[in-house]
Amino acid sequence: MTSMDFLLLVRGPLLVLAIAIFTLGFGIRLVEMLALGQKRNYAEPRGSAVLGGFKTVYRRFAPDPGTWERAPFDVVIGTLWHVGFIAALFLFIPHVELIRKTFGIAWPALPNPLIDAITVITLVALVAALVQRLRNPVKRFLSTPEDYLVWVLTFLPVLTGYLAYHRLINPYPLVLGLHILSVEMFLIVAPFTKLTHMVTAFIARWYNGAIFGRKGVQS
Amino acid sequence: MHDRPTLGETLERQGVSRRGFLKFCVTTASLLALPPTAATAIAEALGQARRPSVIWLSFQECTGCTESLTRSFAPTLENLILETISLDYHHTLQAAAGEAAERAREEAMHANEGQYLVVVDGSLPGPGANPGYSTIAGISNLQMLEETLAGAAAVVAVGSCAAFGGLPMADPNPTGAVPVSKVVRDKPVINVSGCPPLPMVITGVLAHYLTFGRLPELDEYGRPLAFFGQSIHDRCYRRPFYDKGLFAETFDDEGAKKGWCLYRLGCKGPMAYNACATMKWNGGTSWPIESGHPCLGCSEPDFWDAGGFYRALSVPTGDIATTAAVGGLLGAAAGGAAVVKTRRAKADAISAHRPITAEELEQQL
Repeated sequence: MTSMDFLLLVRGPLLVLAIAIFTLGFGIRLVEMLALGQKRNYAEPRGSAVLGGFKTVYRRFAPDPGTWERAPFDVVIGTLWHVGFIAALFLFIPHVELIRKTFGIAWPALPNPLIDAITVITLVALVAALVQRLRNPVKRFLSTPEDYLVWVLTFLPVLTGYLAYHRLINPYPLVLGLHILSVEMFLIVAPFTKLTHMVTAFIARWYNGAIFGRKGVQS
Repeated sequence: MHDRPTLGETLERQGVSRRGFLKFCVTTASLLALPPTAATAIAEALGQARRPSVIWLSFQECTGCTESLTRSFAPTLENLILETISLDYHHTLQAAAGEAAERAREEAMHANEGQYLVVVDGSLPGPGANPGYSTIAGISNLQMLEETLAGAAAVVAVGSCAAFGGLPMADPNPTGAVPVSKVVRDKPVINVSGCPPLPMVITGVLAHYLTFGRLPELDEYGRPLAFFGQSIHDRCYRRPFYDKGLFAETFDDEGAKKGWCLYRLGCKGPMAYNACATMKWNGGTSWPIESGHPCLGCSEPDFWDAGGFYRALSVPTGDIATTAAVGGLLGAAAGGAAVVKTRRAKADAISAHRPITAEELEQQL
């Protein structure tokens, strides 16, 4: 198999398969979760559930003071790599192009040198997060194999993307193919591991916020 | 054939000044990424070299490579070098035909045993394929290549068909075409890919071979690194527009007129390695991207099948949107079915439940 065959395989059938598993998996999980529903609350609402929900989704991006005091490292590193990962994912020119061609929507991208710098920060932050996980006895004790798997599957797309952009592996179709393959592994595993938080975190926040909103208290 | 004049003598006879010749040597040294002192060595070696015998075999090809190499933007040293090699066999260019032509090939092979270069353009039906798809004088391509290779010093596969299979090997490859490197086992093969390749690349390779007696440094695809070491993307004059995110959306919009990046129109510059951006075509006049067309990546393996000429490199070849929609709907349906099943089980449990009083329980004990 030539590197071009490999690229065409991962750009074509394997990507379709990965997307199918990703959407199928999330479809099942989300419907199951949402269909659990809420028990009917007979008390008269004192505020807006919808507004409270959205407020909480937004507010919880900032850490509460307790968390900040207890674990500043986790807050800083966690924010850094999450923001970096999302920026590289949605604001890198070829990625925007992929979304535009696939779903017909597009937005302006960031200049490449900026994305490059963001990628380096993301990689360093992810390595720092792993080192912290391995060095901190409590975290190490709490970590399961799934945690390490999730770390690897998050790290690989960023690393291979960086290698592809800088052409550090030749030929280029091989490194681009490796990048796409790493993303496919991420997509396939996402619905069945704690990576589901990429969707469920927002639902959970909204759910909590909606209860508070309904009760008319600040969330 | 034995009293062949040296290249220096031939060039002199053709009115090429010493200054012009040295200029060519300096350019060649620079193109091959050799130190400036190598220019003297090249001049000396080329000046003394006897016209090297070259046997040019054309198999499943379109003659575009020959067109490229002989395209006259005269007078250039490329043309002179081509004319001054002893091109002893070449279908398109030779005057001889039929049996006389085949005799010329055999004579050249015997007279230059172990020293001649074989240049191949075009792919050939592979060992497992029907040899009848492409024959010359009743001889299959494979047989002719094997015969000619026996006494050759090296093989130069000119063009993407010879180097990587090219169009004949494109899906579904009806003739079972294979590149030259699939057949050659015991001779050095140098791939000069491109559809067609740059003329200066082939003369550069020949000059290197005549000067140092060996082939230049090659990349993982057997191409001379000096010419195929950098991507089109990295040397493209439109690169700043890519980095800024300014793209032509169609071939005639404002962006196209302003010379913005052609990535969205399917440019394969990021994955194509060639010297087009620096050496250009037609005597340095222009190159495809300068004339407003995205790079097709013609110097790369399987470029015909590489996901469409006009699709951006990062765009999937499959139908992702439909897959996502169908996958999501099926998932939702499966999730819904699971929910129905759970609820039914719950309802069954509730309906099957019989309340029991403390007295009843005590009676059972």
